[in-house]
Amino acid sequence: MKIPVIIDGQLVKVEKGTSVIKAAGIAGITIPTLCYHDALKPYGACRICMVEVIYQKQRRVVTACNFPTEAGMEVHTDTAKVREIRRMVIRLLLARCPDVPILKKLAQSMGIEDIKLKQKDEKECILCGLCVRFCDEVVGANAIGLSNRGIEREVTTPFKVLSGTCIGCGSCTYICPTGCIEMVVDGEKTGMRMEMGNISIDPCQDNYECETCDVDKEFMTTVKRVFAEFRNKYSSH
Amino acid sequence: MDAQVLDRILDKYAYRHSDIIEIMQDVQRIENYLPMESLSYISERLELNLARIYDIATFYKAFSLKPRGKHVIKVCCGTACHLSGASQSLDQITRQLGIEEGETTEDRMFSLETVNCLGACALAPVVVIGAEYHDSADANKIDKLLSGYKVNGESTD
Repeated sequence: MKIPVIIDGQLVKVEKGTSVIKAAGIAGITIPTLCYHDALKPYGACRICMVEVIYQKQRRVVTACNFPTEAGMEVHTDTAKVREIRRMVIRLLLARCPDVPILKKLAQSMGIEDIKLKQKDEKECILCGLCVRFCDEVVGANAIGLSNRGIEREVTTPFKVLSGTCIGCGSCTYICPTGCIEMVVDGEKTGMRMEMGNISIDPCQDNYECETCDVDKEFMTTVKRVFAEFRNKYSSH
Repeated sequence: MDAQVLDRILDKYAYRHSDIIEIMQDVQRIENYLPMESLSYISERLELNLARIYDIATFYKAFSLKPRGKHVIKVCCGTACHLSGASQSLDQITRQLGIEEGETTEDRMFSLETVNCLGACALAPVVVIGAEYHDSADANKIDKLLSGYKVNGESTD
């Protein structure tokens, strides 16, 4: 059953329960967002897609990505209030990650120049959760997840050790809106490493020195024993 | 931790994903912390991804991924306790046990933590050891307090 929704004065008919952001897309109106992706469930983390909704004579400010449409709903995507909220969100994100191109572009389009809350140790991750959700919902590997809370919240593998479930598909590098996840293959360390901006994932804490690792210790002792036995056998002959 | 013990805990909660916090609390009650192997085992049996479990384990302060001592010492550093000399008590404990805040003694008897307010300001300075509250625990009283636990702990072992 299709229901009528008015978005920025434009009448569109959408299925009941369609999110506001999808309905706006049908109407040809783009709502800026950083954490929404068609292939994933809405998450509502970045707070940039804020819109004003009038329904049953009530005016509310909601996130467009996870707010379902109702018949007769009126949506305003570019009011003064919405603009002010988005500017505030962008300012906060910029204070955390001042060097991210997509944030800079958004800030420019909204006329934000100075950031009063600039941090010293800049991070690049905005914690939108796209990589985590993509790894879970699309890839199904569940190699990475969010951990800790507050200012310490970060994307890591469980226990910050080499992930046994990562298939190295690189989806996280593709989906990251800030470009802070990089697949690195370098000479100093063997194997692959995931660089997530300042919150980098070090897959192997022992720098791939397998002999000192608990996991491989047993294996290595077996190998050494077999070698010693072989040598003894050889020398006795 | 034994697989059998873990299975018993999981059975108790009928392998429900929604009871993951209760399951982890039960594990922590036995082990005093959440061992990595136990969490991996739970993840496997529950078919709940480890990244999610790790998220929960690190989100709540009540969970610890590091081994903790038999007696967890919590020194209240709230306003009232601070004014009545909580920092001196904390120093005294640090000197006595040779551990800093957030650490555990080598014999795994004591862990030291600070908390911001226990809501028992009338008893300031408050030190909680295990589940017991100790009022007016100033620096002079610390030695006596700790020695009681050391003797108790050894005799019960």
